[in-house]
Amino acid sequence: MSTPVAVAVEPLIRVRELSKTFGSNRALERVSLTIYPAEVVALLGANGAGKSTLVKILAGSQSADGGEIAVDGQPRHFGSPLSARRVGIVAVHQQINEGIAPGLSVAENLLLDELCRPDADFWLNRKRLLERAAKIAAGLGLVLPLEAPIEQLGQAERQLVVLARAFALQPRLLILDEPTAALSDAEAQRLFGLIDTLRSRGVAILYISHRLSDLQRVADRAIVLRDGQLAGEFTARQLPQAVQAMLGQALQDHVYTPRAAGRKVLELRGVKVLPRTRPFDLSLHEGEVVVLTGLLGAGKSEIAEVLFGLRKALAFSVQLDGADWLPGSPREAIRSGVFFAAEDRASQSLVPDFSLRRTLTLPFLERFTRGGFIRNRAEAAAVEAQVAALGIKTVGIDVPMSALSGGNQQKVVLGRWLLGAGRVLVLDEPFQGVDVRARREIGQLLRDSADGRATLVICADVDEALEIADRILLVRDHAVVAEYPRAGLDRATLVAALAGTDADPIPLHATPRSRASA
Amino acid sequence: MPDSSSLLSPVPATSERAVQALIRYGLLWVLALIVVFFSVAEPAFLRVGNLFSILQSVSIVALLALGVTLTMAVGGLDLSIGAVAAMSLMIASYVMVVLGWGAVPAVLISLAGGALVGLLNGWLIVKMRVPDILATLGSMFLVIGVQLIPTGGRSIAVGMTLPNGDETEGSFSTLFLALGRGRLWDIVPIPVLITAVVAVAVWLFLERTRVGRLFYAIGGNEQAARLAGAPVQRFKLLAYVLSALLASLGGLLLAARLGRGDVSSGNGLVLDALGAALIGFAVLGAKKPNAFGTLVGALLVAALLNGLTMLNAPYYAQDFVKGLVLVLALMFTFGLAHRAR
Repeated sequence: MSTPVAVAVEPLIRVRELSKTFGSNRALERVSLTIYPAEVVALLGANGAGKSTLVKILAGSQSADGGEIAVDGQPRHFGSPLSARRVGIVAVHQQINEGIAPGLSVAENLLLDELCRPDADFWLNRKRLLERAAKIAAGLGLVLPLEAPIEQLGQAERQLVVLARAFALQPRLLILDEPTAALSDAEAQRLFGLIDTLRSRGVAILYISHRLSDLQRVADRAIVLRDGQLAGEFTARQLPQAVQAMLGQALQDHVYTPRAAGRKVLELRGVKVLPRTRPFDLSLHEGEVVVLTGLLGAGKSEIAEVLFGLRKALAFSVQLDGADWLPGSPREAIRSGVFFAAEDRASQSLVPDFSLRRTLTLPFLERFTRGGFIRNRAEAAAVEAQVAALGIKTVGIDVPMSALSGGNQQKVVLGRWLLGAGRVLVLDEPFQGVDVRARREIGQLLRDSADGRATLVICADVDEALEIADRILLVRDHAVVAEYPRAGLDRATLVAALAGTDADPIPLHATPRSRASA
Repeated sequence: MPDSSSLLSPVPATSERAVQALIRYGLLWVLALIVVFFSVAEPAFLRVGNLFSILQSVSIVALLALGVTLTMAVGGLDLSIGAVAAMSLMIASYVMVVLGWGAVPAVLISLAGGALVGLLNGWLIVKMRVPDILATLGSMFLVIGVQLIPTGGRSIAVGMTLPNGDETEGSFSTLFLALGRGRLWDIVPIPVLITAVVAVAVWLFLERTRVGRLFYAIGGNEQAARLAGAPVQRFKLLAYVLSALLASLGGLLLAARLGRGDVSSGNGLVLDALGAALIGFAVLGAKKPNAFGTLVGALLVAALLNGLTMLNAPYYAQDFVKGLVLVLALMFTFGLAHRAR
């Protein structure tokens, strides 16, 4: 963690008194900061603190109302991402799918920026394209199916393509917004290695993440935003204080209170997710929270999909409350009380333009219906009760979902399934894009409401897993391979288990084996 | 939390509020202005008789537009509605004039034919996974072609000669003709009445029923709706069947008004209906297909055309005017809304 901030080094970027207002909302208020070459600066802030706005202004996709940005001492004004890119500022935004173009191959996606340049060749040279793409991938140590359509890649591989694209632009300041959100620990470690390489080449990196462990690993110093204002600058050693500054108050250490497991609710025997994978058993009990963890591409989501009627398993028996059961569709699964909140909130849970109320009642609308007509008052009462019970922060129940922060959106998604008296609740990565405080709240809600149902949470992050689980199941190659009770389990053991054996090299994320799962 | 504090004080600037008001009420103002302008320029415009003639002229297009609104709500589009209306008109005429049957079988067979096309559209889209525009474009051509076959491409009129040389003996029943020409209390045309009832029903369905809400959920994010347990395929199929049924009903009203099976009469309907539904996006800032907006859209175009005709504007300017209104409405909906964010 050596910071080469010698007196002689000229700052790369100097931001002075930057302000930005949306309507009546002050997103940024006189924020000043300096970034030097060859350092990794963590940008911290709760949801809505102004991080995204700052990043968008730096990257040229929004313009500031006031203040100035200087690059190499020269005042600059960015009218577009392209103009920011010309001086070497490249941003990778949190929404992975904003960074890829469906319909094009992986290689074409890697070279998208090059293809978009006005001076690019008119004719596409397939061979040269593949060579260039292979070079970019190899430079980062990635093994990608270059000729395959990008749609065949999973979220993690897409994320790596987007990152590779940014790296290929040879940025001087690289802005990474939650780059590990879709990555498992092993993939994240690879990313950190890449970041180290870039830093040693003199690239400055502005790194945004909710994951403290990420920041501890890569950041040289931290800048904290709160309510659109600078709340302080901290060295790498002061990260706990930085988090405190970000939240405005200290976050208490998480205390694990065990829950007693009750009756067996769901039992899987000899389930094979794919023809070539090993059969495994899995059982869930009332009242306990079980976490399914594993590397990316290990097949965690696929196991959940079997339970929700989205995927056909082979050679198995599944029993729900002691009776043979297998859903053919999500609808059937919901009818029998098995609920599933999918991984990507925006594309799989939310309906654009649907208000909080409509989003919350979507699966169980029948309850608020008489003779086919919706009973508005009954619906509103139930929604308001749920908003209060879950502590969802909103001005009303008819606001669009986009007005809520990530954490509150996630609470709505959770709250929708808590409306039904479920037997099994499966949540796939419920903490993505959720700040630490909201994560704790959601974890607590999950645990508090766990009586009377079995809860299965898919979670690649070790800290998140340890926070909410009573029992942790390790998934490797589409099968549950190990089980750890929470009591007496420490972080190091779990990390070692995740990575295989300690001595083994971390498996590549995109070997043909794991790709088959995508 | 910063985000909640900002939410608690939603006091937009005056200019922003003006833009918001423009987006919300702009089209209703335009409709009001059109009415005021024409009633000043030509006092006859406001006569009850003329107002009902506007409604009469709009009723059939509005029926089709309400149908296409339903398919738009599930995120689809039905281009075959004009062809279905024309087919329905030909079936009804054929059943009564050539077969010599009564009004009731004519109506029922026409509607059944419409429902069949709706099922075909739904099947192509849901089961065969043909994109909606292509599926309904295909069935549009199919239906346009099919309706020409029984009469050898000729229009059906009372006493016409069939391709085999026989003369037809049947005729349009008076009961059937009353559907298109009758008036309630000698003032409200029956087609206007039917369209009004259908409009209220579609509005209630989309805004107040569970299935309507799920229609919008499917249209907004099909995957999210499926994962929330909505029977996506069944509801999409339902939307296309309803759309075809309404188009079929529109064709019947047209046949009853014309009193003959005119092969070319349904052709212009599809674009007018699509236009009305799209203009409807801009009404009250809905930015989505909605029954009330569709109705306002249809009325707006009809009032404009009626007024222009009264002022002796050339008939060939009609399409230009329709296009202009549509483009302006779409600007309201998408352009201004985008800038207001």
